[in-house]
Amino acid sequence: MPRDLLGIEGLSAASISALLDLSETYIDTNRSLVKRRDNLAGRTVINLFFEASTRTRTSFEVAAKRLGADVINMEVAASSVKKGETLLDTAMTLNAMLPDALVVRHQDSGAVNLLAQKVNCSVINGGDGQHEHPTQALLDALTIRRRKGKLEGLLVAICGDILHSRVARSNIHLLKTMGAQVRVVGPATLMPTDIDRLGVEVHYSMRTGLKDVDIVMMLRLQTERMSGSFVPSVSEFFRFFGLDEEKMKATKPGALIMHPGPMNRGVEIDSAVADDLQRSVIHEQVEMGVAVRMACLDALIGGRRNALPGAA
Amino acid sequence: MANGSDGRPIAYINARLIDPSADTDQRGAVLIGDGKILDYGANLFSGGAPYGIATVDCQGHCLAPGIVDLRVHTGEPGEEHKETFDTAGRAAAAGGVTSMCILPDTEPPFDDASLIEFVARRARQVQRTKMYAYGALTLGLKGEQLAEIGLISEAGAVAFTDGDKPIASAQLMRRALYYAKTFDALIVQTPQEPTLSSGAMNSGELATRLGLGGNHKLAEAIQLERDVRLVEMTGGRYHASKISTAEGVDIIRRAKARGLKVTCDTAPHYFALNEIAVGDYRTFAKVVPPLRTEADRLAVVEGVRDGTIDCIVSDHRPQDVESKRVPFAMAEPGVVGLETLLPIALELYHNGQMTLPRIWQRLTTTPSKLFKLPAGRLEKGAPADLVLFDPDIAWVIDPEKFESKTGNTAFDERPTQGRVLMTVLDGRVIHRDKHLWPEPVAA
Repeated sequence: MPRDLLGIEGLSAASISALLDLSETYIDTNRSLVKRRDNLAGRTVINLFFEASTRTRTSFEVAAKRLGADVINMEVAASSVKKGETLLDTAMTLNAMLPDALVVRHQDSGAVNLLAQKVNCSVINGGDGQHEHPTQALLDALTIRRRKGKLEGLLVAICGDILHSRVARSNIHLLKTMGAQVRVVGPATLMPTDIDRLGVEVHYSMRTGLKDVDIVMMLRLQTERMSGSFVPSVSEFFRFFGLDEEKMKATKPGALIMHPGPMNRGVEIDSAVADDLQRSVIHEQVEMGVAVRMACLDALIGGRRNALPGAA
Repeated sequence: MANGSDGRPIAYINARLIDPSADTDQRGAVLIGDGKILDYGANLFSGGAPYGIATVDCQGHCLAPGIVDLRVHTGEPGEEHKETFDTAGRAAAAGGVTSMCILPDTEPPFDDASLIEFVARRARQVQRTKMYAYGALTLGLKGEQLAEIGLISEAGAVAFTDGDKPIASAQLMRRALYYAKTFDALIVQTPQEPTLSSGAMNSGELATRLGLGGNHKLAEAIQLERDVRLVEMTGGRYHASKISTAEGVDIIRRAKARGLKVTCDTAPHYFALNEIAVGDYRTFAKVVPPLRTEADRLAVVEGVRDGTIDCIVSDHRPQDVESKRVPFAMAEPGVVGLETLLPIALELYHNGQMTLPRIWQRLTTTPSKLFKLPAGRLEKGAPADLVLFDPDIAWVIDPEKFESKTGNTAFDERPTQGRVLMTVLDGRVIHRDKHLWPEPVAA
């Protein structure tokens, strides 16, 4: 069993399925009156966030608490300290307090890998730079699997700022591993170089990109990238790449709309489609997030054997 | 004693003599006196050395001119915790480097004649290897105002560069090339179009997977094309440093074919490694320009082989742990190279790509000719700067054993072949491998 969850790349289909199956068992826990198990009683989980986050941090906190772990949240303002030094110094200091797991988010790609080399406890990547955000991909997969009954054979379009998105990368790795077909859709300025080498189809138009897809995953466009350097303006981006009723017409009937949040309404997604409960599963994604994070914590530090079969 | 301290000439006999100027590799001997090469050749002392001359039996190992390394960063002045002239000199001697040119990107930078004199003074004190200094091309390396090229030249600067910082302004580069002509000064540039080269590694699939910002290989081609045009316009002397891409090699090849005064160098990591070395965010493989693809690596090998690439430099750039043990994008670029230059260059020989004299042309004669240094030749009257090495001995690179103050090598744990046994500077032994080439016991 691996000690850490640093990314989806390299995980086997069996490992991913096992994690999703384990997550399923926690959905009922979360929906019952007493949302509490004791798998992690006596364990200490530290949420170490070098980058501001409310949603992911809260989700991990809720997940750990529902499993009975003691949770400590640490937010380290990246700007106030010299970057790298603090990362390892902070990690080593926390490591000396003998936590069972560190959940780490950092603004630099690879920072969580670096930290994991230095500590003795399990490390879960809560998002590193533009590299990976594995629990987001798992919760997206769980949401899709419950709605569509499978992942294999589905056609998924990931749309918007692919270049800066760790969510896109983790989702591409996961969906490809599970046998789904993946398209990335967005302006060429927001496409990473050689992204097609990851086995995805590249589209620069929503009309062709969304044609007959089962799932539309929208990505958040960061404010600082909206004006001039990557796209000329918000209104131009929304006109060509924002998801609205009109663009949804190209998709397969019954297609789902997803977004990792927080949404920029009127930038990458129109409120009318975002709030359409027939198609939008955005809130369900948040619910699945807690279950998935419970499963990850349980698999890594819950003392289960072979919770991730086939993983290196 | 074999170091000539008693003033007697010394004959290095029974050597495999690598003569880059004559392009020969044959048995022979070298006679040294007063720190100079008095005589050398295949037939010298073939019947035994005459009475009165001390002899050193090279036991068939290679004896060649000491390496002339055009590109060494030290930490002195400003970052002495990374490297000093003393530790750099030790590393150079251990690596068979007898002349080195120090880049001006120190703190303060060498943008004033007094700093060039400082380097000369420190080199005299250290007495380990010959040290020359580049002058900064622009004041404070800011790329805005030309430094005092004339005065700095007079003080002894061997060439002008802003180090790893390319000159962004075409106008400034044009003026630098024109102005430098008055002093016949050489302009050295690391060709990287600044707005395209901000990424931490080579742009491509691997960068995309790792989520790292990409430096596109066109950053080199675009800057080189621009500079070649400016050389054509001005007739200035221009040397491009650290060619890393197939396009870069091709641009230089075409410029030379057109008769332009353009030369270039590359470093061992560009012909021995590709971007895969970055692997799992390995900051020791972060260099400027970044390691490129396998196709680029092969093109660089071919460039070195056919002479399009004139020189091989170590691009020695020490970095302490604090600069490297950070997330990849934050890490300082650079690798130490003085002690791995010879074995990695020898890979070209072991792979059957080049002969030893040809490799030595890139390491000694051509760089010394370009920078007008009195070194790098087997020649009567030339300084007796020599390296004795065994090209075949196998070992594993271990930065723990480096003389250099820092161990940031991209070749950590690389199995390699070829080791320096002894380095001689002006006839004086400045380094010997304690185990492989111990000091002879006086009879």
